[in-house]
Parts: sequence; C-alpha cells; structure tokens
Amino acid sequence: MRATVWSGRNKVAVENVPDPKILNDRDAIVKISSTAICGSDLHLYDGYIPAMRKGDILGHEFMGEIVETGKGVSNLAVGDRVVVPFPIACGNCGMCATGLFSGCENSNPNAGMAEKMWGHAPGGIFGYSSMTGGYAGGQAEYVRVPYADVSPLKVPDGMPNDKVLFLSDIFPTGYMGAENAEIEPGETVAVWGCGPVGQFAIASAYLMGAERVIAIDRFEYRLRMAREKAGAETINYEQQPVREALREMTGGRGPDHCIDAAGMESHHHNPGMYAYDRVKQATRLESERGYALREAILNCRSGGTVSIAGVYGGFMDKFPIGAIMNRSLTIRSGQCHVQRYLRPLLERIENGDIDPSFVITHRMALDEASKGYETFKHKQDECVKVVLTP
Amino acid sequence: MTAISKTTNGGPPRENLAKGMGVFSFALGIPQILAPGRVNRLIGVRDDATTRMWMRAVGTREIAAGVGIFSQRRPTPWLWARVAGDTMDLALLATALRTKSKRQGRTLAATGAVAGAFAADLVDSLKLSRGEAPAAAQEEPEAKGMHVKAAITVRRDRDELYAFWRDFERFPEFMAHLEEVSSTGPDRSHWRARGPLGMDVEWDAEITEDVPGERISWRSLEGAKVDNSGSVRFVPAPRDQGTEVHIELQYDIPGGSVGSLIAKLFGEEPALQIKDDLRRFKQIVETGEIARSDGAPEGQVNKRQLKPRPARPLGDEELATTSAGGTS
Repeated sequence: MRATVWSGRNKVAVENVPDPKILNDRDAIVKISSTAICGSDLHLYDGYIPAMRKGDILGHEFMGEIVETGKGVSNLAVGDRVVVPFPIACGNCGMCATGLFSGCENSNPNAGMAEKMWGHAPGGIFGYSSMTGGYAGGQAEYVRVPYADVSPLKVPDGMPNDKVLFLSDIFPTGYMGAENAEIEPGETVAVWGCGPVGQFAIASAYLMGAERVIAIDRFEYRLRMAREKAGAETINYEQQPVREALREMTGGRGPDHCIDAAGMESHHHNPGMYAYDRVKQATRLESERGYALREAILNCRSGGTVSIAGVYGGFMDKFPIGAIMNRSLTIRSGQCHVQRYLRPLLERIENGDIDPSFVITHRMALDEASKGYETFKHKQDECVKVVLTP
Repeated sequence: MTAISKTTNGGPPRENLAKGMGVFSFALGIPQILAPGRVNRLIGVRDDATTRMWMRAVGTREIAAGVGIFSQRRPTPWLWARVAGDTMDLALLATALRTKSKRQGRTLAATGAVAGAFAADLVDSLKLSRGEAPAAAQEEPEAKGMHVKAAITVRRDRDELYAFWRDFERFPEFMAHLEEVSSTGPDRSHWRARGPLGMDVEWDAEITEDVPGERISWRSLEGAKVDNSGSVRFVPAPRDQGTEVHIELQYDIPGGSVGSLIAKLFGEEPALQIKDDLRRFKQIVETGEIARSDGAPEGQVNKRQLKPRPARPLGDEELATTSAGGTS
C-alpha cells in the first residue's frame, strides 16, 4: 500500500509498504477514506520528537471503513464506517476505567522507553514515534487498529467525512482544552494559538458559556477565521503587545482563564527573546519553546486556570513557577482522552451546534503529502488544515 | 506503575580521594620531566645539568606514583610512596636552601608547598590505610548473584491472580526468557530458559510456600546450574484498584559477574526483564492479549526498546520470523 513515511528532518515521502495485518484478536484493519496532517505532526517533521526512525508511517487523524476484524471484535463488522481516536486504549486498565484513555497502562509496548522520559508511561498513539509504541500511522491506505472493540466510533449514515474526521483528534483536543480551563458561564477566556486546535478551543469555550474569548496569534488570516467562524475578539501580537491589550480588554484584571493551544514550537515577536529558546532548542539544550505558555501564565488572572492543550515533549526553561504559586493559579493539562468525547461531540455535530469542517483549507491526494507538509508548516496560501485522500 | 529495586555487590567509597592525588602526581611530574629547567628556575634553585637530572628523576617518581594510584587495585602503597617522595623533596629543598640558592624566596615558597603536600598526602594515606575499602575502583564482586524486586498493580482480585500464577506452566506466556515450564509433581516443576548468549538453561524447582490468594514461593533444586528462588505476593490495592503483585527473585548468574555484565550488554538485564514480564502479565490478565505494534511486534521487550523497528507493517517474511503469541 502507499503510505507517508518520515524520512528525516523536513522530509516525508510517500512509499510502497506492506499492508497491515491482524496481529492480535482485538485488532481491526481499516481502509482509510480521509486523513489529516496535525500540528503535532509538524513537531515530528521539524525533528523535535526523539525516537523517530526513518520509515515510520505518520498520521493519527483518520477515518475509514472496516475491512477485516480479529476474532475478538464483535461490535464492528466489515463495511462499517468508523472514525478512530488517536490514543490507543485497551479499555480494561485503571486509567481507561477512569476515563483517562490517553494514559492507558497496557497499550504502549515501549513503556520502558517512555517511563525514562516522563516518569511513567502513557498509552500508545498512532504514528508518533517509538516512545508512544511505534504504531504505524494513518496517513496511508490502510491501518491496523488495536483494541478495535473499544475506540472506533461508528459514523451515522449520510454524515460526510469532513464533518466527523476531526473527532479523531483536534475537535476533542480543543474541547478538552477548553474544559480544562474550568470556564464558568460569563467569563473571559484568552486562547494562544489560532491553528486548528485553537479554533476548536475557541468554539468550545463559547459552547461552555464563555462570555468573551480573546484569540491571540500573528497570522491575520487565522485571526480572521477566529473572528468570523467562532466570534472571537483577536489580538495580533506582532502589532500590539499582548499584556497591554489584555489588560485593556479586561479592565486591568486579566483573562479569567487561559488556554495554550500553541505548544512547543511557539514563536515570540521579539527577536532577542525568540532567540533564547530557539537557539537552546536547536542545540538540544532545551526541548521546548515555551513563549506562549509563559505569557498565558503571567497574564492569567489570579486564581484562574491555565489549560495546556498544546503538545510538549520534555523540559522547558524559565518556567514561571513563582507566578503560579504566588497567585493561586491552577494548571491543567493532558494528552486528549478522545474516547470520552466522541459521543457527546458527535451529538453536537448532529444537532448543528458546530460544523468542524470549517477549518479545512486544503485538500490533496495522499501522494501529495510532501507538498501538504510544506504548505502546512510554512502556512502558505493561508493554510489552516490539510486533508489527504488516499 | 512498576517499582523496581536491586542490590549487587561492590561500590568503592574513597575513590575520589586517591584519584585526586593521582592527578596531582601527573600534574607535577609531567613538567618536571619535560621542562626541568623551567621548574628549577620556578622554585629558585640553581639550574644546571645536575639539578635538571635530579628534577627529571623526581618527575619520573611522580609519574610512577600517579600510574600506581590509577592502575593498581590497592593504591594505598602508592599513596605512601607519595609521602616518601615528599620527604625526599623536602630534603632536596633543604639542601638548596642551605647553599643559599639564587632565589631564596622562591625556594622557600616551594618548600612550603611541598610541606603542605606532604601533610595532605600523609593524612590521606593514613585515612585510606585505616581499614577503609581500597580507594581505587575495585572489581571484587563476590558471586552472590542478583536480587531483584518489582511490583505492578492489576485490576483483578487477588484470587484470580493467584490462580493464574499458581499455574507455573503459564509463565512462558509472559516471561520472555522462559521457553517452557512443565509440572512434574504436585509441588514440583521443570523449567527451561534461554540464558544470555543463546545458551539454554534447565532446572527443577519446588514450591516452598503456598498461601492461596496471598503468596507463592519457589526454589530451584540441587543440581541446578543457576541457583534461583522467587516469591510472589498478592496484596489488595487501595480504593478498588485491584491487586498489587509484588515479585522477588534471587539468582546466581552463570559466569558470575562477567555473566552479569554480558547479560546487561545484551539487554537481558534481569532487573529490566522482570519489569517487562510484569507488564505483559498485566496485559494478558486485563486485556486478554499482549500489546504489539509494528515497531515492537514481540510486545514489551527491553531489547527491542534499545533497537526499535520502524513503525510500519511487517512483510510476510518478517511476520513469519517474529513469534506470534507474544513472547520473544
């Protein structure tokens, strides 16, 4: 089959690889109809995530049709149309039982590796390096889905792919990001990052009753999308200082809660400040660029909650622990537990509360994946989200 | 999720002290041999062929002391050699002072420095001689073997886990190094394992303790090439989380410490192996199968984590060579 494989820094290639096979009784094989490139795939593309091997198949946002099931899968039949969550969860361990699916205790066969980095090992993820299990990803024609009796969500007949594809990752991730911000009705929320996850975080914040959502970015077209599609107020941080703007917009208080939807490759407008983390990251003295996170923490109103939705991998310098402690801030975070949001969010889509396809700006064939990565990485042609069709 | 601890023999306590003195010896000896004239002038003695010869001799002695400290198993005699050398240096310097050398000030300073070094060397040599373990890194592992502990929490009640564990014949399902375990009597079993370097090891074992739902202990019988024993305890985990499984293993590694080193090199370090084994045990009990990925098709194996496959499906030939069923 054809699949997008990681070929080194800033390089992906679409190659012929063997078709996936059933390895365990609870597996299923899915023929992929639609798959997307994620912002976190860019961290792999840019070479910041360790434990990648040349030839790894990428992709963790995908949906398609069941073509084969193992003996232990009875809830799915060949021909069923499903969307598959990116975290791989067994459904039986303590973590899964308490709804923390991305922390599954059983699904990472390289748990020993992950434990060294993070203390304990979270669960496996499709197409995201050996640290999360070395599972082949879904930017391909077919994919093997473990524990298929737990995670895949059957898509209602007649529902187009575009509307449900993002239940695999970015919609629940934005939603959980907003949920982690502990928003009360009437409150003001600031969101750093207007990429796809940021767009969904903004939309979700309104669904949760936020009165005002302030979106922060430097790309005018993304800020425009936030204004037009979600109704957010916006700050372009290259045109006005964030701190002053936020204070003015909130009568000096600061936003009640903050969401970091930027993650480890964030950007700073001041070249000197940008250089600090950028150089340290390039020389691997530091694994993260935490500008957005630092700003979110420093601007959040005392007693508020900072929700970290963006992806981080390791250790960050100059973390404002003093601000957190002295001003009673709460930090909430987590790799999204997609499985627990599938049904509630599908219901929202069915009710017409939201149409997630609004983030799609580019559609390409799977074979054009290389161009897709470049367009997405460099934000060419007002790119927000690239969807690939095998 | 798993906790692990192990103890082995060894551990040099005063290594740094001796090392420091060894470094000092080299730092002194090298210029004394390579630039004796400079050193003569530095310490204010007359610089001629004779004094340079002495300086080189002294330098050679220093280097020898340094080599002795770093390379010998018991450096203490070499540290005393330093003390003797310092005494000799002081005597030489005293002679230089009496003959009123050109730069008395410098010679006095050098004498002071050597006196200081002498005092330090004496004190350190006394410390090290006073019954502390040899200061340089020693390798005197007694073949006492390895003691390994690990724990994992499984979401099942203790009776179920006890019943699984009591059936020793199931061990190869999750213990990667075991090929086969067969029951040879009510409390007896025959075990066959893959040792390091591909040598198979076999032994008989008996159950020494069996408390249903709580504890099982076993021990290898006379004649086992690898004396080993183990025990597993089942403890209810707090707050309905299931059962804590605590395992303890004790065994002699074939080949003594050398075998242990090789075992580590090949990624079959017993302490890590038991962690993998417990993870696979938990997977089988909780999910019914061992988690396998394209990058790690055998499931949880420490060796594989050192050298993962690419995350892409295996070809038919590769699949045939990788064992199905989870153990490698």
